[in-house]
Amino acid sequence: MRSNVTEYELTAPRSLDAVLQILADSPDRYTPIAGGTELMVALGAGRLQPKKLISLWNLKELRFIEVTPDAVIIGAATTFTDIRKHPIVTAEFSILAQAASWTGSIANQNRGTLGGNIVNASPAADSPPVLLAYDAAVTLVSTRGIRTIPYRDFHISYKRTDLAQDELLHSITLSRNMHGYTTYVRKVGTRNAQAISKVAVAIVASSNHGVIESIRIGAASLRETPARLVATEQSLLKQKITPATIAKARAAILSETIPIDDIRSTAKYRSVVAANLIEEFLQTL
Amino acid sequence: MQADRGKFEMTRVALTVNDEKRIVETPPMKRLLDVLREDLHLTGAKEGCGEGECGACAVLMNGDLVNSCLVPILQTQGAEIITIEGIAIDKKLHPIQQCFLEQGGAQCGICTPGMILATYHLLENIPQPTLLQIQEGLNGNLCRCTGYMRIFNSVLAAAAKATPQSETQ
Amino acid sequence: MTNRPQTVGSSPIRKEGRDKVLGRAQYIDDITLPGMWFGATVRSSIPRGRITSISFDPAIPWHEYTIVSAADIPGENTIVHLTKDHPCLAVTHVNHCQEPILLLAHPNRAVLPAAVAAVHITYEELPAIFTIEDSEKKEQIIWGEGENANTFKTYLMQKDQKPIPDEVWQTADYIVEGEYRTGAQEQLYIENNGVIAEYDPEKGVTVRGSMQCPFYLVHALELVFNLPAEKCRVIQTETGGAFGGKEDFPSVIGSHAALLAMKSAHPVKLCYDRAEDMAATTKRHPSRTRHRTAVSKDGKLLAGEIDFAIDGGAYATLSPVVLSRGTIHAPGPYHWPHLTVRAKAMATNIPPHGAFRGFGAPQSIFALERHMDKIAKVVGLTPEELRRRNFLGTGYRTATGQLLKDPVDMQHLLTRALEESNYHAKRKQFDAENPISTIKRGIGFATFFHGAGFTGSGERRLNSLVEIELTAEGRPRILVSSTEFGQGTNTILCQIAADALNLPYEEVLIAQPDTTLVPNSGPTVASRTAMVVGKLVERAAESLLASLAPFLPPLLNRARSRAAQYTRTQFCHAALKYLAQHGSLKTEARYQSPGDIFWDDNTYSGEAYPAYAWAVYVAEVVVDTTTYSAQVTNFYALQEVGKVLHPILAAGQIEGGVAQGIGYALYEKCLWRNGHLANNQMTNYIMPTSADLPSIHVSFEEVPSPHGAYGAKGIGELPMDGPAPAILNAIEHATGLAFNEIPLLPEDIFERMTRIPTSSTEDLDPIIDRDTQVETSEVSA
Repeated sequence: MRSNVTEYELTAPRSLDAVLQILADSPDRYTPIAGGTELMVALGAGRLQPKKLISLWNLKELRFIEVTPDAVIIGAATTFTDIRKHPIVTAEFSILAQAASWTGSIANQNRGTLGGNIVNASPAADSPPVLLAYDAAVTLVSTRGIRTIPYRDFHISYKRTDLAQDELLHSITLSRNMHGYTTYVRKVGTRNAQAISKVAVAIVASSNHGVIESIRIGAASLRETPARLVATEQSLLKQKITPATIAKARAAILSETIPIDDIRSTAKYRSVVAANLIEEFLQTL
Repeated sequence: MQADRGKFEMTRVALTVNDEKRIVETPPMKRLLDVLREDLHLTGAKEGCGEGECGACAVLMNGDLVNSCLVPILQTQGAEIITIEGIAIDKKLHPIQQCFLEQGGAQCGICTPGMILATYHLLENIPQPTLLQIQEGLNGNLCRCTGYMRIFNSVLAAAAKATPQSETQ
Repeated sequence: MTNRPQTVGSSPIRKEGRDKVLGRAQYIDDITLPGMWFGATVRSSIPRGRITSISFDPAIPWHEYTIVSAADIPGENTIVHLTKDHPCLAVTHVNHCQEPILLLAHPNRAVLPAAVAAVHITYEELPAIFTIEDSEKKEQIIWGEGENANTFKTYLMQKDQKPIPDEVWQTADYIVEGEYRTGAQEQLYIENNGVIAEYDPEKGVTVRGSMQCPFYLVHALELVFNLPAEKCRVIQTETGGAFGGKEDFPSVIGSHAALLAMKSAHPVKLCYDRAEDMAATTKRHPSRTRHRTAVSKDGKLLAGEIDFAIDGGAYATLSPVVLSRGTIHAPGPYHWPHLTVRAKAMATNIPPHGAFRGFGAPQSIFALERHMDKIAKVVGLTPEELRRRNFLGTGYRTATGQLLKDPVDMQHLLTRALEESNYHAKRKQFDAENPISTIKRGIGFATFFHGAGFTGSGERRLNSLVEIELTAEGRPRILVSSTEFGQGTNTILCQIAADALNLPYEEVLIAQPDTTLVPNSGPTVASRTAMVVGKLVERAAESLLASLAPFLPPLLNRARSRAAQYTRTQFCHAALKYLAQHGSLKTEARYQSPGDIFWDDNTYSGEAYPAYAWAVYVAEVVVDTTTYSAQVTNFYALQEVGKVLHPILAAGQIEGGVAQGIGYALYEKCLWRNGHLANNQMTNYIMPTSADLPSIHVSFEEVPSPHGAYGAKGIGELPMDGPAPAILNAIEHATGLAFNEIPLLPEDIFERMTRIPTSSTEDLDPIIDRDTQVETSEVSA
């Protein structure tokens, strides 16, 4: 424990409106904290910079899974356990449930939230590749109002997002149009459980007689943010899976990824394994 | 406690710990783990890593397994916390504790409180887990002594004890 | 009255187990003393340099703090292990990152991290060295001088004290060379190092804490405080894992806390957090082993040259003895007609490496068992057949010239292990399936031994003493300095005493190790507790029984015999009668060296260990060529460790050791950056979780040993030796690639697999005499 907790302020308003009001009014910026699986680690290590925090834990307005005929809407403060236990999510968005299942241990899934995982904006986070592959939308809220944007536009640069200072991530929307799509997700971590990913790939695709009709690829740890691999997708669209297509796709992957050497892996390993994973998926089509 | 007086206000948090109502005056970002150990003198939860990685500090919060090193105390306002000290029933070992004892599930014992609470949580959710489910259920609780084999045996034995068949006998 | 069933060989409940499962066991950080302050350590931020200034940020109210520097040390500024090179606190120079320079104490734990950060130290940096190779170059001398420059210790071990004749090399059919490397490994006990110290001007120093060897700390305190041993009291508290990591290091943290207690006049708790513990405390020694082996074409080892080097870090600490064990284990369980082992422990500017389960043996055994598979490939034999042609057996002499008088049957162990693991069928199956799969499977094994007890004359020097006393209630209580840290010391020693006294296990007590109450029964290390201390407990118990004989029922007592028959009540009555007459009863037993044990430190020859455990470990792996990751999917551990005292504890020891061995081989990498451990967190230092380990099948071949209590030999370190080479042998089977360095991470496999065509197997690259090559091709033609 390398921080002095007496130097930190934490407030826990009872409603979302109250939280938004504080964010709107406060001259010094509050940092939202939900399940604490990221910020409390920083606190323990003595590197939690913000001194004023505002709790979103257990805010009913943010912890929900709403199912409409067209969409599943997941509140930002919904835990990974909530997601794993939800029958519609597990049935229709199985790779999201799967990604939730390897986001830390059970204890951390009981506290960690989908919104926290996104807003923390780690390039290695577990749920973003899947949300990118599903082409999710994110809804942002402030006292100024509500706006919904495609999730693919949310991450701007390393650890920077489209959230304004007074804004909160409210929810994530997944369209219920996955019928007929094939999905794939695989995380390569430092070990089987409780691991930060070295590389992860999620794919949602459809094909007709061996020709790829649509494909979306989300990836972790290959760029400075969670990323859609658009060039790779383009190289595969309307193509039959042949060795030549695969070779082109592999080249596209290398062209659009900028992985790094870090404490967990090497850049070279990351891009080749990403290509291997995508090839592994293509071979199953 | 003078030691805890800092720049910001103390907060009053009311919570239930092992079925007892407790009120603590504390900085709101103080970790649940530290409140349990320092303010409430419940030292069963251990700090192994301070980053939610090892599970030695695991407790139940409203029935859910959590790492108490990652819970700011303010977020436990009104919550029900169960620690290893609250698992035994009428001063008798809980069947899970008994099985860890008999099967060699505890060696040095430092991971044991968290491991037993993780098992408790697992068996609440999945009364008859497969080996794979046990491995997943306990994968946030690191043990350096056992190689986990005897811990799996302990969980299986506890699950067997809790089968409906033995309850009716 | 019937003979009581023996508790030895059964699995009674662990003595302190109830407190552990209830969460009541008191580890050091669970303990608070009245008026207690907290300590922290100001450490070096550079690997090597001269301290030029120390300043204190005025923003901190320093008057509230106790600040200790080397100038406050009343005795010698040294942490004594084997030499006195290791300062308690750095004064003018630092030789590794995280080297302690100042100590702080304050009543409020929370303010200490900021205070540590507010001590500003400037340095004149000196060039630092971080590898064995840098150290060997001697361009920078960081330790010693002349022949000893950068060299903590060297050994030369020669079979029959003779060099290898040149003609052996000239006439050998094959000469096989190889280089093998192992990395540092963190013990990663889940409870960090921690102590609480008190100081009283009259009574002296008291330190309680998490540790393996209370008398090591007594010895360290004697020097730092210039006090006699009786004024240095050490109490071991419940210890949450150790694995060697709490063998030598408590001497450091214990001395530090005691200095703070002395200066602050308060009890001081000094407990590291994980990041500090990982960055600043000892790890397993990294190693480099070079083999050069002469082999005949029928697979007989003719001669071996082994160069074994370990990286000791910045100070000698235990490196000479780690090196010793590594040296003696380097030849493995094989017969070498000629052998030379040259070993050295080198200095680097890395925090000192220290004890870790296996203590040098896992390093040299890894090299040998990988090398044996290489030799097999060169010669064209199976790994099994090559070993069978070279195993030691009963009546053979080891490389140190020790005659193996007790039964040794490696042939049988290997047969049984390969049968139990279904090795041959699996090898065939994987050979057939691998070419058409992206998942490559393999099976491999290692055959090895591990010596129990201190090396050479160590046990004679330790001169261990064990006592048993009667409590006021007439119950026997064992007094030993042997500590419990999960491995089962309390339980097995009580089992042994119970059987020797013909009492139920529950009736026997064991005292908390407190150096003012217990005798020095030696350190709790080196797989010596069950065998050496256990035997002393047995003898002390027999002696207790002899004293009680007059008070036991006549005809039935037949004292000193395990057939003695009396009830627990009769024993208790006898004990109380004795106490009524004599006041107290305490019996003792002191180590007696077996007459036929001889060791010569100069020639490195003789009886290296009183007894050896023998083992064959079989690993099954999968290597996924999509991700280049290897995983162990099944593991078989068969060993002969003498009589198994407690089957559940024994299996737990093996399983735990195998798990650490799997971590050592495939997961656990210390990433050093300019002498700093960059991954000093559990998030980044990857130990196996419950989802990463295979089923570990443990079996024992029980051959009672004459040396230990009830036939027991040592068991604790053995399981650390075999997994890494067995796993890498299996990976070579799976992939055709010979990896000779651990930890082996997916990135390493990736580098090799993407370097060569995937279909081809690797060049063997043995060094073969041209003449011999001609000869063999002629033979095969």
